[in-house]
Amino acid sequence: MSDYLQMWKDLDMDVETHDMLCQVLPTAFGDTFLSMENRPESMGFYDFVVSEIHGIRPSEMIAAQKEGKKVVGTFCVYVPDEVINAAGALFSGLCGGSQFWVPGGEKYLPKNTCPLVKASLGARFDRTCPFFRIVDLIVGETTCDAKKKAYEILGEDVPMYIMDMPQMKRDIDIQKWADEIKAFAAKMEELTGNTITVDGLNDAIKTINAKRKALARIFDARKNADNIPISGLDALLIMQIAFFDDPARCAEMANKVADELEQRNKDGVSVFPAGTKRILLTGTPLAIPNWKLHHIIETSGAAVVCEEMCTGTRYFENLVEEDNATLDDAYMALSKRYMKNNCSCFTPNQGRIDDILRMAKEYNVDGIIDTNLKFCCLYDTERRNVEKAVNEAGIPFLGIETDYTDSDAEQLRTRIEAFVEMLG
Amino acid sequence: MHYIGVDIGSTCAKTTVMDDDCNILFQEVCPTGWSSVDTAENIRKQLAEAGFDPKDNVVVATGYGRVAIPYADKTVTEITCHCAGAVHMFGYQTMGVIDIGGQDTKIIEVANGTVKNFMMNDKCSAGTGRFLEVMANTLSVTPDQLTVLAAGGSDTSISSLCTVFAESEVISLIGRGEKKENIAFAVVDSIVRKVASQASKMDLSDKPVCLTGGLCDSEYIRKALSKELKAEVETAPQARYAGSIGAALFAKKAGAKKV
Repeated sequence: MSDYLQMWKDLDMDVETHDMLCQVLPTAFGDTFLSMENRPESMGFYDFVVSEIHGIRPSEMIAAQKEGKKVVGTFCVYVPDEVINAAGALFSGLCGGSQFWVPGGEKYLPKNTCPLVKASLGARFDRTCPFFRIVDLIVGETTCDAKKKAYEILGEDVPMYIMDMPQMKRDIDIQKWADEIKAFAAKMEELTGNTITVDGLNDAIKTINAKRKALARIFDARKNADNIPISGLDALLIMQIAFFDDPARCAEMANKVADELEQRNKDGVSVFPAGTKRILLTGTPLAIPNWKLHHIIETSGAAVVCEEMCTGTRYFENLVEEDNATLDDAYMALSKRYMKNNCSCFTPNQGRIDDILRMAKEYNVDGIIDTNLKFCCLYDTERRNVEKAVNEAGIPFLGIETDYTDSDAEQLRTRIEAFVEMLG
Repeated sequence: MHYIGVDIGSTCAKTTVMDDDCNILFQEVCPTGWSSVDTAENIRKQLAEAGFDPKDNVVVATGYGRVAIPYADKTVTEITCHCAGAVHMFGYQTMGVIDIGGQDTKIIEVANGTVKNFMMNDKCSAGTGRFLEVMANTLSVTPDQLTVLAAGGSDTSISSLCTVFAESEVISLIGRGEKKENIAFAVVDSIVRKVASQASKMDLSDKPVCLTGGLCDSEYIRKALSKELKAEVETAPQARYAGSIGAALFAKKAGAKKV
């Protein structure tokens, strides 16, 4: 990584501890990614971003702050990036995906809290992640109980704003979310001093839609039944980086990847041998740098061809209606799109099961692996209904529960290899 | 040409050699010890001495130590091998297989002679052979003796599933002067209940259920498991070799390719 030491010191980071993270990341990335063969050339951009992960984008954000712009951190795919963008602020996903931050979070949270929540608090309180230091405001949401309570603790150290997420999908809930988005817009105006106009919001909607369309093109290329143009690992990395990159650049880079993948499909260029089993991975998000499961699956004779996850289809599926006449129309258009997302915090949640069955067909999968971050009670409980529906559809299913540690890697490998053997 | 299956588990390493007609010519079990690599080498020597040198035959490796066997032509997971071994041994195409291993318990739903679904316990050692071993040590008996003792006990239970906490519970029972038979009963009861609770998540109803793994010799465990599952659990003297028998069968399948 280039020299960002002064920047990290200016952010009041614990640079000594942070150095330990900077030292292990290149090895982990090299072992996992750079060892793969025949990667798309356009992955070069993403490799570069990882090599400068705590430097390049943070320095852009700090430069924007020097021009008077604000940076807003988010934890969830329900928080509308369009509103942040329309207020002239930058947004950044903050979910922690490394065991490195978990012990820090355990100082504040019960042990039986999901690792994503623990890592996120650890990253802030231990001062070992620049993104968590840069943000002027963190926007939380009431999706799960662990997050709700963790935000109260996080609020002791950083300004927080919480959006109250409905947990059902009736018309009154969609109206309620539109109202929440409107209130959030007022908060963003207060934070930035800028006024959100209908034109500005319409433009922001177009920007974020363009990003969604670009990411969807990559996933469309992964649907090809006869060719696997990109590994699941590389596709996951693109999604993980999409959370904190500039949206216009994200779209531009994703379109470049999509161009290459479409060409690969025409030329029959695959990253896996013919007959490799195609896996749909469903469940809880895989925040950067959590590459564990993809790596195990893709070194066990199978390939991940789709992620039904927040770091996957939930991030880009469904577009927001463009060219709204009034701000209220725009807030409702946003609400309608975001409320189409199927997180297990909703009840009932048949939509997610329909999504999974649809994706199993669209992506021509041989089997489904459902993964659950340890102590995520919502996805864990929902697994029973998912498994039942998947079994009824005659699709092989494997359920896995894991965290960020490597201690269960060999057990997982045995299970996943056995599952791949079962697929024939 | 002979077909060799080597199953290096966490506690014991099992080896089976078969001929073209699936007759078993050689079978051996030894402790895995602390090094799978050394164990693999010892097995190689034993095989060579018995006239089945791995380099002249086909070898399939399975179990946790499967990657530590340099002379294996192929590796297959223990789930798939246990299924194949059990189908071969018990003769059912549709059944449930319960394998109580040293560090994990596997429940396999078999349909058309292959794995239809399976589950394994997590990292925790509840309901495994290791749990039995630790408790036997605490009681200063061998695991085999413990299961025999258990048959004469009753009316005592251990509530902790965690091996470390359960050991404290056993020590408390010893301190309280509880009869050894009753403590042994409680230990086996804990394993059987844990295994049955895992099995209850699989569809094993109306199917024969077969027990494989190191505890298959214990008539008491078989009976206790049958009672808890409300199904007559079958086992066979060779059931501890199920993984290596399955591996040998896969070696036979792969055999044609090697020649």
